[in-house]
Amino acid sequence: MKEKSIKVGFIPTVKKLSQSIREYKKPSLLAPAFIMMEVILECLIPYIMSVLLETMRYLSGTLEVAPSFLVNKICYLLSTSGKPQLLVAILFFGAVLVLCAFLSLTFGALAGKYCAIASSGFAKNLRKDMYHKIQGFSFSNIDKFSSSSLVTRMTTDVTNVEMSYQMIIRTAVRSPFMLIFSLTMSFILNARMALIFLCTIPVLAIGLTLIMVKAIPFFNKIFKKYDKLNESVEENIRNMRVVKSYVREDFEKEKFNKSSENVKNDFTKAEKIIAFNTPLMNFCTYGGLVAIYVIGSILIINSKETLLKWTELQSFMTYSFQMLMSLMMLSMIMVMIIMSVASSKRIVEVLNEESQIVSKENAVTEVKDGSIEFNNVKFKYYKDAERFTLEDIDLKIESGETVGILGATGTGKSTLVQLIPRLYDVTEGSIKVAGINVKDYDLDTLRNSVAMVLQKNVLFSGTLRENMQWGNKDATDEEIIHALTLAQISNFQLDKYIEQAGANVSGGQKQRLCIARALLKNPKIIIFDDSTSAVDTKTDALIRKALKEYIPTTTKLIIAQRISSVQDADKIIILDSGKIVAKGTHEELLASNDIYQELYYSQNKVGNENG
Amino acid sequence: MARGMNMGRGGKGPHGRPMQKAKKGTLPRLLKMLFSKNKKSIFAISICIVLASVTGVASSVFLEHLLRLINKGVESGLDAVWGSLLTLFVVMGTVYLTSIVCNFLQTRFLATLTQKFLHQVRSSVFNKMQSLPIKFFDTNLTGNIMSSYTNDTDALRQLVSQSIPHLFSAGISITTLLVIMFSKSLWLSFVMFLGVFSMTFVTKKIGGNSAKYFVRQQKSLAEEEGFIQEMIQGQKVVKVFCHEEQAKIDFDKKNNQLCHDATSAHTFANILMPIMGNIGNILYVLLAFVGGLLVALNVPNLSFSGLEYNSTEFLIIIISFLPISKQFTGNVSQCSQQINSIVMGLAGASRLFELMDQEPEVDEGYVTLVRCNIDKDGVITETEERTGHWAWKHPHKADGTVTYTELKGNIEMFNVDFGYVPERIVLKDVTLYAKQGQKIAFVGATGAGKTTITNLINRFYDIADGKIRYDGININKIKKADLRRSLGIVLQDTNLFTGTVMENIRYGRLTATDEECIEAAKLAYAHDFITRLPNGYNTLLTADGANLSQGQRQLLSIARAAVKDAPVMILDEATSSIDTRTEALVQKGTDRLMEGRTVFVIAHRLSTIQNANVIMVLEKGEIIERGSHEELIAKKGKYYQLYTGAFELE
Repeated sequence: MKEKSIKVGFIPTVKKLSQSIREYKKPSLLAPAFIMMEVILECLIPYIMSVLLETMRYLSGTLEVAPSFLVNKICYLLSTSGKPQLLVAILFFGAVLVLCAFLSLTFGALAGKYCAIASSGFAKNLRKDMYHKIQGFSFSNIDKFSSSSLVTRMTTDVTNVEMSYQMIIRTAVRSPFMLIFSLTMSFILNARMALIFLCTIPVLAIGLTLIMVKAIPFFNKIFKKYDKLNESVEENIRNMRVVKSYVREDFEKEKFNKSSENVKNDFTKAEKIIAFNTPLMNFCTYGGLVAIYVIGSILIINSKETLLKWTELQSFMTYSFQMLMSLMMLSMIMVMIIMSVASSKRIVEVLNEESQIVSKENAVTEVKDGSIEFNNVKFKYYKDAERFTLEDIDLKIESGETVGILGATGTGKSTLVQLIPRLYDVTEGSIKVAGINVKDYDLDTLRNSVAMVLQKNVLFSGTLRENMQWGNKDATDEEIIHALTLAQISNFQLDKYIEQAGANVSGGQKQRLCIARALLKNPKIIIFDDSTSAVDTKTDALIRKALKEYIPTTTKLIIAQRISSVQDADKIIILDSGKIVAKGTHEELLASNDIYQELYYSQNKVGNENG
Repeated sequence: MARGMNMGRGGKGPHGRPMQKAKKGTLPRLLKMLFSKNKKSIFAISICIVLASVTGVASSVFLEHLLRLINKGVESGLDAVWGSLLTLFVVMGTVYLTSIVCNFLQTRFLATLTQKFLHQVRSSVFNKMQSLPIKFFDTNLTGNIMSSYTNDTDALRQLVSQSIPHLFSAGISITTLLVIMFSKSLWLSFVMFLGVFSMTFVTKKIGGNSAKYFVRQQKSLAEEEGFIQEMIQGQKVVKVFCHEEQAKIDFDKKNNQLCHDATSAHTFANILMPIMGNIGNILYVLLAFVGGLLVALNVPNLSFSGLEYNSTEFLIIIISFLPISKQFTGNVSQCSQQINSIVMGLAGASRLFELMDQEPEVDEGYVTLVRCNIDKDGVITETEERTGHWAWKHPHKADGTVTYTELKGNIEMFNVDFGYVPERIVLKDVTLYAKQGQKIAFVGATGAGKTTITNLINRFYDIADGKIRYDGININKIKKADLRRSLGIVLQDTNLFTGTVMENIRYGRLTATDEECIEAAKLAYAHDFITRLPNGYNTLLTADGANLSQGQRQLLSIARAAVKDAPVMILDEATSSIDTRTEALVQKGTDRLMEGRTVFVIAHRLSTIQNANVIMVLEKGEIIERGSHEELIAKKGKYYQLYTGAFELE
């Protein structure tokens, strides 16, 4: 089934996702706040350092010009005589700097912690919102996405978004702050020198942007190719028996090597673009450094240290490096964030999906009996599908009747019965259960009264009892055993552990267990969708007999391949290409309908010959 | 500077299988593999890394010189030092330019090398995989094999493109820095060591905790993903039973646990960086502080390049030490960050090697299949032309002669015993004869050994005891490829490939023309639905033919086998998903196709096999009944019970 992609814009995507932050708004805001403080402290340290160095020079008597205002002030504070002991000054500065570093560490750690809380919590809420949303999905919603795609969206895609979120509230906040504060501090330190950065920063920023703009579409393309390559490997592994039976090993090798080579070439090309990153960064760092040295030394010497002191050069180097590094980080996380946009969109598609099948207000909460009425029902799975899957279905079934439904694969048998508990809604016409339109019932009421044993039977990991309690969560052991007996299972331990998807029970047993599970609902209508195909005909007959005896008032619909499963039904319906082509009892159909005759004789050929 | 572009679709890193330690000898083997085919580029890259690293850390040396010159310049004017300054700038410029160029070349070469190496690894793993016996694929989960191509290869990429070069470069930088440090000041060097020691300590402590919580997170993640998988796959059942609310409650419980574990794991990982960074900061402060103390107390600087007394000189050294400290701690913390990916990369490499070391399928067969001419007297001569006749070419080692046997399709099994594992025998004493043109059917419960018999005929597995003969030749003597070429097999799980419908049919015989493929499709009753597909025979099938129904896929795989045109056909539940009416039509087609051929049919539905020449009823690996449908019905044994529905298969 092809997945229809709904185009969601970037802003609505972000808006929708941000609704899942909820109780994690506080940590989501605290993390950047702490990061900001960490950055401020980190930017202060080089500045204080240069003040310390200057003070050292001043106090040791090697500074030939007047000390700056700040140095003077600090020295004055430290000693009333105006010139404190060098040791005292160093201890003072040391203490201040260590305090700064410790504070910065504390803020950094707190930021890390809140960031972890925020991103894990956000991911938790996303998964929760998706899962709860999916619980409200109708069958057609599930079909649209397919189960495996839903699983990927809830796992891989959420993880991608979680990582991006963490990066956004950490690095995407940190880098710009770092840039701004470092620049501010260098302007405070020396405005002339800071002008150098106004040259290097744009060069790097523009360079990185160009590289990214060029590389990202490239990478997006390659990732798709790379995924394809891996898909083809998976295909090869799954199809290994075919490969070997047709002796196609060399053919497969050639095919793989060609695509692998292709991926290699593309990756190399893209990585060569990315390879400009580090040299560009180094170019700006080193270029800035040389500029600082050249301009700085001329400035120092010519002004005799009145405009700039050589002790300050070191701080400029640090700021220069911090700024360029933060730009680099920013460009890197940009790539990751952009890559996670696809994941976000896939998540939002699920969150935005609305189920059309919901209970209406003041819905009916009781199903009186098991009569069913189809009035001119038409149905198709997609609005734009050319042909109707079901057409002109008119059918009346009395409460307590047993109705058999026959037809080739793809003629709409399953579709027909799935309309009754509103797993899908009719496209045209109406269906009534106990005389009331199914759309007027409360959904839970309707589905609890209409039990369905699906073609794709699923048992869940857990004990047999737990599986049975899906039918009725308050069922006593006696009730469960009774249901199991009706389904012709007698030798089962209720505490037996059923593995995922019922892997440790045979196909026939699984089908019978699923029947028992449905019986526990005490339904008004029970539908068997080809659910005894793996059960032998004798047991099949015993089940039908038990149903007739013990739940005579329940309407029974049986879809089957085998004539013997429906032979004794009150009514048999034959579907062909979405239409009811014949209706009647076994005898009537055997006498009049060729499809039925053909089926009957093909399944009973030898039996007839032998009498 | 981490050039961290995540190739593996963000965040695949710690996922998947539990962390596993790399086997001993993985690193040397990996390096050997890396070196053996890429000597030149590795040599070039190494030179670039050495040059780039050494020149990269040179700034601290320049700073010291520069400060001296400036100091002198302040006293005696710019003109006095201009010449020396200029020289210094030129030298600096040259060194940095070298560094940038080397860096540029290094990253480019490395990109090429990495991709080339990954291609080499992928190809050799894939090529090796093609030669592995079916047993390997039966005993290993597809997901696990796949993760060699995804997770392990990604980890390897990280190792080769980042970790190893980074470690190498950091090693060179650290050594160079050490030399510079010692030549400047021993006192300050000691302070540095103190810092590095505490960084290592913290890494171990926090890193260890982080790893512990990551393992816990992995566990609850796996649990939650398992839950999601199971419940979403069964979502339709959830709906039918109105089980939504309970499902939500169960999910929330698991989801909250995951959130709790993920928070702890990420907290530890997140605080490592600021702690490392600030130890660097404290170290930076400590250097200034200790240096200041030394100046204040008038302690002479001690270094390998001599003693310094002048406090200005000492100050200059302290200042030039500061960037060294930044670079030094930067390199150390970079190494600490690489540890995780090195462990993961080596574990990945180890698993890849494990796959490469698997025993390939052995083939000691020497009898081959050749095209031949058969004259009126039945004398067979080998030919290159397409004659429509095939013969087994059987060279005899003893006397050096060659005999030819016409390919007919007679299969005989004598007292065959077999078990997938030696302790559990699956087939016991199976003897059967299938003459050319006969249709042999197998019936029995799941696990009775039906499919196993076919696995033995095409030698996916080798028998433990007994003999299987093809046209009178022991199949062990026949080359596997030729044996399989002479067998057409349609399997229960119809596996199609990504590609057009036509390509999928042609997979049976690569030289088949379009007309032949269409003819085969008609025989398999697939032509009708194929022509109704959007692009007919050119419709692209994706992801295991997901756009086709199971029944349609079975029809296609029958067509594929039909095109192969082999004298022996094996149909293993080949029509299980086709409704009985269509099946009857398909059967008509296949019967026509199989005229004169030996056919083995395995089916669950008895109607499929009623017209077989011989029906074998298998139970627990033994043939308990054999005969035609009528004979078996008359016998009123197990088959009769099955037929009358007194017995349940599965």
